[in-house]
Amino acid sequence: MSALSIDDLRRVLVECAGEAEGAEFDGDGRTFEELGYDSLALIETAARLKQRYGIDLDDGDVMAAETPAALLSLANAAARS
Amino acid sequence: MSGPAVRPAPAGHVPTVVTGVGVAAPNGLGTEEYWRNVLEGRSGITEMTRFDASGYPFKLAGQITGFVAEDHLPARLLPQTDVSTRLALATADWALADAAVEPGDGENYDMGVITSNATGGFEFTHREFHKLWDQGPSYVSVYESFAWFYAVNTGQISIRNGLRGPGAALVGEQAGGLDALGHACRTVREGTGLVISGGVDSALDPWGYLSQFAGGLVSAESDPRRAYLPFDAAAGGYVPGEGGAVLVVESAEAAERRGAPRIYGEIAGYAAAFDPPPGSDRPPALRHTAEQAIARAGLRPGDIDVVFADAAGVPRLDLAEAQAISGLFGPGAVPVTAPKALTGRLYAGGGPLDVVTALLSIRDGVIPPTAHTSDVPGSYGIDLVVGEPRALPVSTALVVARGRHGFNAAVVVRAWTN
Repeated sequence: MSALSIDDLRRVLVECAGEAEGAEFDGDGRTFEELGYDSLALIETAARLKQRYGIDLDDGDVMAAETPAALLSLANAAARS
Repeated sequence: MSGPAVRPAPAGHVPTVVTGVGVAAPNGLGTEEYWRNVLEGRSGITEMTRFDASGYPFKLAGQITGFVAEDHLPARLLPQTDVSTRLALATADWALADAAVEPGDGENYDMGVITSNATGGFEFTHREFHKLWDQGPSYVSVYESFAWFYAVNTGQISIRNGLRGPGAALVGEQAGGLDALGHACRTVREGTGLVISGGVDSALDPWGYLSQFAGGLVSAESDPRRAYLPFDAAAGGYVPGEGGAVLVVESAEAAERRGAPRIYGEIAGYAAAFDPPPGSDRPPALRHTAEQAIARAGLRPGDIDVVFADAAGVPRLDLAEAQAISGLFGPGAVPVTAPKALTGRLYAGGGPLDVVTALLSIRDGVIPPTAHTSDVPGSYGIDLVVGEPRALPVSTALVVARGRHGFNAAVVVRAWTN
């Protein structure tokens, strides 16, 4: 499959946990915390990535990803392996 | 008087007052819309429209229509909240705005949240169960972990408003909403400046709605005007509803110090008691509960201007309540009413909504009627307000609530005069 884009990730996040607070995220340096997404939002997102894209991520790695860009590269690395 | 001694009002009493209210009821969103509809006899009980109930033996519900969660709450909260919690969050917002309280910086340890809930997040859970069986466990929302839970309204109100003082959730079936208010007053007396309190419930999804019939007390009548007739000779059960009320409770001193825009009244007394087991020859605890609440307000039964009844709509329960009231006050000695005939029974939301209604009765000097009821058996010995509202100066009201399997709670509110 082609690599997951930041827009794909954003779509999944919003589906799982609603729109970000304040500004939309666009892959800049803003952290999940700054965007208002907590650990539950990330776990929910990881479950959805597995269902939809077959990307299997470790919960601990997901929680350690501080920004959408970090989660995106984690997901794409897992998809390639 | 028989039974245990009545405890007097505590020494060094700290008056607790209501400075803001929010209402979400089947016959009105917002306090004034609800109150107008109560006085005009507009009912929120209709045929179930939220889902296809054609396969159900019962068809009626007190549904809140016209509440669009997106208009009241940030999008972030929608995937993680049941309809009951969305209603609770909006109602709490309205109560805080009414009290002109802006919680502020999110580090507020002097404001707490104490709510009651009886049914949890049924609709949310119903959906997740569907996913569990249809698609598998990994499809169940992580938010199910708290969205179903009785304490979730307290938690979400606390988080949304940054209220970090004492938090609690009380579960007392349909009496629990009054228990929450009682505990809120206790918490204020112990030194917390302000407590958001009350109760909101909703269980009108296909599974929650069905579950309510298990108790065997829901009316099978299909005419919305005949289905819930508290204290009527033709009473045949109740109609389940959704919603409730949230109140801002403060010490009178704190309210005055911050210049609260209004004081609806004082929560002057609260008591709770549990019924004896079935088959006991001891009487139900309702009368005792009411007596205790009145005594703790420093009052006597003759001081009470109106009773907001539990109003089960089930003949044996109506009779028991009528006997408790006529026994305590004397036959026909005090007006009794049940505005919940227009909303259905709101579980943990019912008591707090009745308390708000009682405070509005005090404010406007009018007792709303028990809609639809017309034929009260003389043997009940109560003066039930039916037909039109009764204009009457009201300075003190007793609100009682019962929950299934023995819960009883009572609150006394009175006009605030300093």
